[in-house]
Amino acid sequence: MSQVIETGKAFEFTAENVEKAKKFIARYPEGRQQSAVMPLLDLAQRQNENWLSKEALEYVGTFLDVPYMRVLEVATFYTMYNLKPVGKYFLQLCRTTPCWLRGSDDLEAVCKNKLGITNGETTEDGMFSLLEVECLGACVNAPIVQINDDFYEDLNAENFEAVLDKLASGDVPPKGPQIDRVNSAPEGGPTTLLEKTEGA
Amino acid sequence: MPTLTVDGVEVTVDPGTTVLQACEEAGAEIPRFCYHERLSIAGNCRMCLVEMEKAPKLVASCAMPAGDGMVIHTNTQKVKEGREGAMEFLLINHPLDCPICDQGGECDLQDQSMAYGSGSSRYDELKRAVSEKNMGPLIKTTMTRCIHCTRCVRFATEVAGVEDLGAINRGENMEITTYLEQALDSELSGNIIDLCPVGALTSKPYAFTARPWELSKTQSVDVLDAVGANIRVDSRGKEVMRFLPRLNEDVNEEWLSDRSRFSYDGLKAQRLDTPYVRKDGKLQPASWGEAFDVIAAKLDGVDGANIGAIAGDLVCSESMKALKDLMDLLESPNIDCRQDGAALTTENRAGYLFNSTIAGIEEADALLIVGSNPRHEAALINARIRKRWKMGNFPIALIGEQVDLTYAYDYLGAGPATLKEVAEGKHSFAETLKKAERPMIIVGQGALSRNDGAAVLALTKKIADEFGLVSDDWNGFNVLHTAAARVGGLDLGLVPGENGKSAKEMLDGSLDVLFLLGADEIDVSNLESSFVIYQGSHGDAGASAADVILPGAAYTEKDATWVNTEGRVQLGRRAIFPPGDAREDWTILRALSEKLGKTLPYNTIKELREKMVEVAPHFADIDQVTAADWGSFATEGAIDDAPFINPITDYYLTNPISRSSRIMAECSTTFSKVKGEGTGTNG
Amino acid sequence: MLKDQDRIFTNLYGIHDWKLAGAKSRGVWDNTKALIEMGQDGIIDAMKESGLRGRGGAGFPTGLKWSFMPKESDGRPSYLVVNADESEPGTCKDREIMRFDPHRLLEGCLVAGFAMRAVAAYIYIRGEFVQEAINLEIAIQEAYDDGLIGKNASGSGYDFDIYLHRGAGAYICGEETALIESLEGNKGQPRLKPPFPANVGVWGCPSTVNNVESIAVAPEILRRGEGWFSGLGRPNNTGTKLFCISGHVNKPCNVEEEMGIPLKELIEKHAGGVRGGWDNLLAIIPGGSSVPLLPKSICDDILMDFDSLRDAQSGLGTAAVIVMDKSTDVIRAIERLSHFYKHESCGQCTPCREGTGWMWRVMQRLVSGDAEVEEIDMLINVSKRIEGHTICALGDAAAWPIQGLVRHFRPVIEERIKSRKASKAA
Repeated sequence: MSQVIETGKAFEFTAENVEKAKKFIARYPEGRQQSAVMPLLDLAQRQNENWLSKEALEYVGTFLDVPYMRVLEVATFYTMYNLKPVGKYFLQLCRTTPCWLRGSDDLEAVCKNKLGITNGETTEDGMFSLLEVECLGACVNAPIVQINDDFYEDLNAENFEAVLDKLASGDVPPKGPQIDRVNSAPEGGPTTLLEKTEGA
Repeated sequence: MPTLTVDGVEVTVDPGTTVLQACEEAGAEIPRFCYHERLSIAGNCRMCLVEMEKAPKLVASCAMPAGDGMVIHTNTQKVKEGREGAMEFLLINHPLDCPICDQGGECDLQDQSMAYGSGSSRYDELKRAVSEKNMGPLIKTTMTRCIHCTRCVRFATEVAGVEDLGAINRGENMEITTYLEQALDSELSGNIIDLCPVGALTSKPYAFTARPWELSKTQSVDVLDAVGANIRVDSRGKEVMRFLPRLNEDVNEEWLSDRSRFSYDGLKAQRLDTPYVRKDGKLQPASWGEAFDVIAAKLDGVDGANIGAIAGDLVCSESMKALKDLMDLLESPNIDCRQDGAALTTENRAGYLFNSTIAGIEEADALLIVGSNPRHEAALINARIRKRWKMGNFPIALIGEQVDLTYAYDYLGAGPATLKEVAEGKHSFAETLKKAERPMIIVGQGALSRNDGAAVLALTKKIADEFGLVSDDWNGFNVLHTAAARVGGLDLGLVPGENGKSAKEMLDGSLDVLFLLGADEIDVSNLESSFVIYQGSHGDAGASAADVILPGAAYTEKDATWVNTEGRVQLGRRAIFPPGDAREDWTILRALSEKLGKTLPYNTIKELREKMVEVAPHFADIDQVTAADWGSFATEGAIDDAPFINPITDYYLTNPISRSSRIMAECSTTFSKVKGEGTGTNG
Repeated sequence: MLKDQDRIFTNLYGIHDWKLAGAKSRGVWDNTKALIEMGQDGIIDAMKESGLRGRGGAGFPTGLKWSFMPKESDGRPSYLVVNADESEPGTCKDREIMRFDPHRLLEGCLVAGFAMRAVAAYIYIRGEFVQEAINLEIAIQEAYDDGLIGKNASGSGYDFDIYLHRGAGAYICGEETALIESLEGNKGQPRLKPPFPANVGVWGCPSTVNNVESIAVAPEILRRGEGWFSGLGRPNNTGTKLFCISGHVNKPCNVEEEMGIPLKELIEKHAGGVRGGWDNLLAIIPGGSSVPLLPKSICDDILMDFDSLRDAQSGLGTAAVIVMDKSTDVIRAIERLSHFYKHESCGQCTPCREGTGWMWRVMQRLVSGDAEVEEIDMLINVSKRIEGHTICALGDAAAWPIQGLVRHFRPVIEERIKSRKASKAA
């Protein structure tokens, strides 16, 4: 049983991504190009519909002259590398305590009832995949779902369904808090930074 | 020199010593799983925790450098609980399937569980199951038993120099595997079986064949290459069940190469277990008496000049001495131990030894390899070179076939022309050698077994002489042999005498009688007109051409002496008896000599060995390397343009025993596939 | 309450321009050259005097940490590594600095990097923070373009580079040596210490790993004077601090407050109070998931700083306050954390790899009540066998929440077990 999927199709960076890859490598001291394995895996994943095939892993290994085994270790250690195809919208639902306290169970139910998917599954139309994840680091805006690159915050069953509806219809709803609130300031307005300070 | 106190005992240790080592020096036993002195420190098993005064937590003694004034306790309640805790965590997901585990009886986890565990389990949850991983024909995996010590991964990356083994996933899902479950492609892979402290990695060929307590253990030496690795032969009744390495820091450390470890099933196949005599064109079983009668009749009246003998690669020094003496009594100058035609002579012993010694590689500071792939010809010497290379500041260059040696080298060129450039100082690597304090050269049989071998040897000698490879306390000139018998044969003078014929010349069919002592790496196609006597253990090339076959003993079946490539004299010991009517080889020659009326002057092996010492006094110095004085050898001559060709085309199939081994055949097939080189035998 | 003029993070809520022009208008990059002219020793002394303790959780004095770096190079370069792998449950403060005030962090990198004689800073940002990384990249480019960093940074004569490195989903990379491993392109498995990073850090070179907030406040401390900072809070617990208040409060938020602010005041003034009123409070976790929870009785008058919370057998950690009201199934709340640690264990060392999964499985049964009362003590014993026995602190962090739960809520667990048994019998 292998952890990686072979597509039979060669993978290589686009010309633009080759340039990006070279810039990543240049960030690290000479001879330390292995440091670029993470940014290059990310680059490959972005070019490959958000997942990494065997060919993509080996391409990165060859690109950096890093043994394939070391690339595979990295790709299986970190949770953000997808080793199988995922839906167009990759939903990462935070279930850790701060999100759970504020209703992440309800969001899980939305996924199950509305999309018909549970943890690790993809909708039949390939639109949505669900992955339950641990703390995403936006706890004062809990509960949170990360959809591809963006955080959707202060969710509840109702506004989460609205977000999903918009995505399904081809719109991209604004990211960030889904309630009337400015970023991580308290709802209703800040309690601090009210005085007119220099430059503010 | 830090001085520390361990359980009240004061001990002074070398700087760089770990607390674990200091504890051992102070007589305190420290349990461990992940720690291994030949591997980098992982510190992950947490079994070696000790209490260090002023430290808030227990410390992992394997990873803590010993410091002056440290006060260490290894027997407090806190330490006991720490060990019991680590043991408990290691066991909760371990299957405890000891009754069906091959590691049973020689398992660190079992032993330490008895010594340090609590004796009962509190774990009420489901145990983890991990799927088995394919690692090839040699290594059987039961990964549910794995305790994630990562010794195997560290061995593969650090010692063997292959990056195919790793640990994927994380947390409790971490799994050891080869990349996409390919076979572990290393000549040293079997060592991870020894290193694995549990039954996760066991020997696939040995699986379920024996329990350790049933085995007789015989200390011996390996003869399937010229390294002379020290081995333990584990046998049961008439069968060798497995080989394990034995510690010898000067030779094999504690490693063994895969061919030497796993060829043992070849000891049971293709055996010559009774004499044969060719009648009506067919080899027919015969009695010893009949076989000797046929030989005696054939030799009667034949002039010594029409008799010849070739000694093969695995034969012991005792039988070579007996063969040499018999040929002398028959007044034949035709004898040779160089089946491959290597241009080595007996005029100067230093001219055919690995003079730096294997351990001496670690002292060297530059290396030129000529016509050799040490990875295949002497895997353990290659591991030593890699060990030295990893320490840094060790420039390596190669002339010959450009192969993966597991370390980086400068590729200088393919053949003698490049060598000549270096010898004439026209190549930049000549400067490197000159500047080095302890430079070394390794000359392989690929450079010497050619028509211009003598001239090539002379070039390497020139390099040694002119670039300071030889000094009062250092000899950097090294011949790397592939045959365990070769140095002993040269020591005992098994080269053609005056007007004598070389092996190649003897094989052209011009002799009336040709005696092949375990000689199988030869072309027998022109021997129609010669009467061929083959003495040996396996039905291989030599036996196929024979008119009389005398069944001999394999190396596990006799007490005998071999001299390794360094010139180290080592004793092999009988673990089992030869099969059927086969006999120890020197006794066959002794009996034959009597039949021929040319009785050899020894009745016991002791007397025979005394004769060996008369010819070559170093045979008295068992396990030692007697340094050879540097002197003149090799004659300069014309070189040709042909590139050096390495002598070994398939690492797994180099000798009659390995060629009889199904395990080796499977390795050959598997690993040539991995490398994408077609089928096994042409590997 | 802290006065607005004493607040450092004046764009905490992203109301203003986060780019260079906006940052400069808020005083960032204001004569940074003068800060560098204080000299390495001057900066480190001032930082020591300010009393700043590391804002990443452990609270190690920042100036002292910087002083461990070699004063003379043996040929190896030194590096500053900024820990922006913010992943401690409850914590979301560094995110705000990076997306809304990135230049404050960059200026801190230059000053801190100079003080420790580093040639460059690597900012290791957690992979999920995509937008934050984009903002930081833009800010880094702006800083280069404006001569603030790079050759002759800010006209100081000191050359200094800043690079961003994105993680890819691993809480353990917030541990400094795991972060270094990850920065080298390996799995994030913590290293054994010694050697410490200041001797052998990233790529074998001397390195110091600091939290984003610790670095970002440094220029303002130096600019306003160490006395200003040390005058806020209490001795040994000085300055201002970003607090994250999540969970069962009416208005969860981030806020910068003075160290030592009473917990109750923090929650009531800034987070709109506990849902259902203070008396509806069950417990809080005061410093991110790794510190033991506190029952309401302790919360009533506890001060939010290192020493007060340590005395209450908890810790300030990252100052992430997770509030639980009386509707909370507190066993499940901690079980969720146990799952977190099991999920995030790197798998390297035995007690954590095996023990976090064991504890989580027992915790699951404690949630449902399918357990024996004796298993509570066994669970504590298992947690003690992890605590202090692992390579890094993740083992301790996994043990403490459970220990806190049992310390303060043992009757709840026992009651759950008993009622489960009763319902089974019936």
